[in-house]
Amino acid sequence: MNSSYAVPAVALVVVATVLVGAFGLRISRTTSDFYVASRTVGPRLNAAAISGEYLSAASFLGIAGLGLVQGPDMLWYPVGYTAGYLVLLLFVAAPLRRSGAYTLPDFAEARLDSQAVRRLAGAFVVGVGWLYLLPQLQGAGLTLTVLTGAPDWLGGVIVAVVVTATVAAGGMRSITFVQAFQYWLKLTALLVPALFLVLAWQSDGAPRHAFDEPASFREQRVVRVGDSIDLKLDRPLTVTVSGTVDGRTHAGTRLELPAGTHHVERGTRLTFAAGATVPKAERSGGGDLSPTQAESREERPLYATYGLILATFLGTMGLPHVVVRFYTSPHGVAARRTTVAVLGLVGAFYLLPPVYGALGRLYAPELTLTGDTDAAVLLLPDRLIGGVGGDLLGALVAGGAFAAFLSTASGLTMAVAGVLTQDVLPSRGVRHFRLGTVFAMAMPLAASVLVGGLPVADAVGLAFAVSASSFCPLLVLGIWWRRLTPPGAAAGMLVGGGSALLAVAATMAGYPGEGAALHALLAWPALWSVPLGFLTMVLVSLATPGRVPPDTAAVLARFHLPEELRTEVTA
Amino acid sequence: MSGFLAGLCVAVLPVLAAGVWLGRRTARPKSLGGLGTPVEHATFETLHTASLAAPPLRAGLTEETARKSARKLRSLLGTDALCLTDREQVLVWDGDGDHHRTEIMERLAGALDTGRGEAFRLTCEILDCSVRWAVVAPLTVDERVHGALVACAPRESAVLVRAAGEVARWVSVQLELADLDQSRTRLIEAEIRALRAQISPHFIFNSLAVIASFVRTDPERARELLLEFADFTRYSFRRHGDFTTLADELHAIDHYLALVRARFGDRLSVTLQIAPEVLPAALPFLCLQPLVENAVKHGLEGKAVSSGKCHIQITAQDAGAEALVVIEDDGAGMDPGLLRRILAREVSPSGGIGLSNVDDRLRQVYGDDYGLVIETATGAGMKITVRIPKYQPGVHSAGRLTRE
Repeated sequence: MNSSYAVPAVALVVVATVLVGAFGLRISRTTSDFYVASRTVGPRLNAAAISGEYLSAASFLGIAGLGLVQGPDMLWYPVGYTAGYLVLLLFVAAPLRRSGAYTLPDFAEARLDSQAVRRLAGAFVVGVGWLYLLPQLQGAGLTLTVLTGAPDWLGGVIVAVVVTATVAAGGMRSITFVQAFQYWLKLTALLVPALFLVLAWQSDGAPRHAFDEPASFREQRVVRVGDSIDLKLDRPLTVTVSGTVDGRTHAGTRLELPAGTHHVERGTRLTFAAGATVPKAERSGGGDLSPTQAESREERPLYATYGLILATFLGTMGLPHVVVRFYTSPHGVAARRTTVAVLGLVGAFYLLPPVYGALGRLYAPELTLTGDTDAAVLLLPDRLIGGVGGDLLGALVAGGAFAAFLSTASGLTMAVAGVLTQDVLPSRGVRHFRLGTVFAMAMPLAASVLVGGLPVADAVGLAFAVSASSFCPLLVLGIWWRRLTPPGAAAGMLVGGGSALLAVAATMAGYPGEGAALHALLAWPALWSVPLGFLTMVLVSLATPGRVPPDTAAVLARFHLPEELRTEVTA
Repeated sequence: MSGFLAGLCVAVLPVLAAGVWLGRRTARPKSLGGLGTPVEHATFETLHTASLAAPPLRAGLTEETARKSARKLRSLLGTDALCLTDREQVLVWDGDGDHHRTEIMERLAGALDTGRGEAFRLTCEILDCSVRWAVVAPLTVDERVHGALVACAPRESAVLVRAAGEVARWVSVQLELADLDQSRTRLIEAEIRALRAQISPHFIFNSLAVIASFVRTDPERARELLLEFADFTRYSFRRHGDFTTLADELHAIDHYLALVRARFGDRLSVTLQIAPEVLPAALPFLCLQPLVENAVKHGLEGKAVSSGKCHIQITAQDAGAEALVVIEDDGAGMDPGLLRRILAREVSPSGGIGLSNVDDRLRQVYGDDYGLVIETATGAGMKITVRIPKYQPGVHSAGRLTRE
């Protein structure tokens, strides 16, 4: 892929983000007119900002990649990511805003009046934030590798440095404008190339077998295997090989591979004939997890799908960077309106990645072999259109992808750094916020450099699972159940969130091996860990009836009464 | 390999958190170990137990605080059972013999009335009940009996009577401190109430004079100004809630400035730079308007009436979990030493209207870290910075934001 357009595009996005962040406020809000200056953020602007912050690398690259590998099953991802806001709208948005809480630990303190629960919630915010930051950095690394051939870690380091610098320097003054700008940038970066791609697909005769199982090559295709893989063949396959297959070296020989497993060394070129089905690949050597997880989904598609649905439906409300944005709404009703607008904006966006996934299955199926499925979105414009037009569109997509990393990463970093400075680091002040920012980014950066190769959408799924099993019970029961007690909330978060976190850790460490029934349970923990969290919270709360905070009734009244009525309550 | 590392990273998080928690829990008692002779050690142990029992009681005598401190008090006395009561009921029973609750309350009536301690034998049908005898020591605050501390033991003991008396006196002192805390809080609340309605009488007088001057020449303008005046006073005199939102406070400042501008005309210019994200933040009622009033006063002070112009800049920034409000003028400024004395209330605040008042209220609501930060020098203008946490327990704005 030609990087002469893409690199300037990425640089432009980075610079534009920094500039809008630093000067947007100054341009638009310096005035002597109070009514202009003190206008609150409207629901639509706030919704664009929330969407901009929410649509991460997973949405931009990961969903298309998963669609490419797994086919239509993966449409549940965009559905889940969007429907999470429906749950948020119905159960949480307005009461959360009325609670006056800025962060999730604030909410825990406002509702339960307990420092211990506050600290625990803070710990989970940091945990979820780090889990979510990791795939952002990896996605950035992947994008830069695909665009320029730079080493894996470079993109992640660039994003980490830019985000840490701008956040620590207080550069994100007009964060709402930055994030809203990022949303429209991301939408454009997917929409415009998608239109061209669909046109190209039309002129190609509109082939319709995109979701045939299994995917097949439409024309002769040379695939260079980047990492050693094991090919699993159900039926014999004819392929031209230059390199090493099953320990024997070939130089452009045509081979008839019998059904069974074949080991392909790294650097080998395989030339598939047109119409050949794409074989299933499994990465060998090292405990890399992408194929194992992908496989586990095939083994237990139903269980995994339910796990995914539950995690994304209920996990959205616990994402630290989403929650803080609701503070910007002036009142509960505005928070609800904002959520409705977010549903629209996010829903519109999520129509696009499946298009890329389907086209990727048609035009770039070999990505399943090389493992870089997340790169599908980036490669398609070049593959389908080519020439300068393809390069320009590719540059647009690359810019949009970087916008995705930057916006989500900066939102998360601010949320995590806020919790670190308030609840973990000893004393308060601006200097400590900077320290917190560095700390918030250092951990996931180190992890992403050390780990590498985690599929973006899967890693995000794990973050959602932890969020759904710790914060969803806290928020839903905290808002709707008056008998919740501090020990109950703490126990529920620990048991639900903690078990999900352990399951995530076990999955990432490759335990237990693939194929075990236990593996699917651990890779998709939400289905059991969310009910476990709710159950623990309810049971422990019922067992400690004496610890219901004395002002519960007043607090719940404040959560649920519209602001107009509040005057009479407090007077 | 890399997957294993990733798993390790995630697994380390809870372990780290647990480690920090354990470390904090265990750090304090350990520092007591290895001190001097056994007698000294025992003294330290006793003092430490007493100091642990004190903090809950500082919040007054309730079921919750009694429960938190009872175990510590019992280990201080070394009895089998200890109970704390208020005038009506047993608040907590720590140790054996829980079934004596009602009996104790019946026998306590006399001691609660007279305020004198007594000891009595308990009647019990249960043969192996370890609690046979009780010492009652009343808890008195300002000569009034608030409750009683009851220590129970298997047999009579003069030492226990003395010890219970001493512990009860110590608890009484804590309760007196709690009482003191409460009256201090009430004082602060009363002060806030007294302070918040304090718009300067000069301002009312000047505003009415200005409006009067427009009544004949420009009746429409006079009408507008009257409405501004009405809006501002309605905001200032409103009765409900001690807190408001930044947006409402800014609107009040707007009404205020409209009246001031009518008086000073072109001599006063104001620019605003407000981050919309912080507008919903809750803050003490009327805590920015006095700062603006101060800036206007200083800005126009010491300048010739004809030529002097004053520029005021109001900025509100989003800074993570806080909102940063800066009010800056280019006026006469102030000697920092004098300002320090005004804030310390050593000099009567003839110059800085309400500066010390705002400073006090911010400190009371948000803690000492959140006082006013003022940068000034004679002739160099004045810059006042206010940090407002976006969330603070107990701070909720009353009512809804002004609708547009």
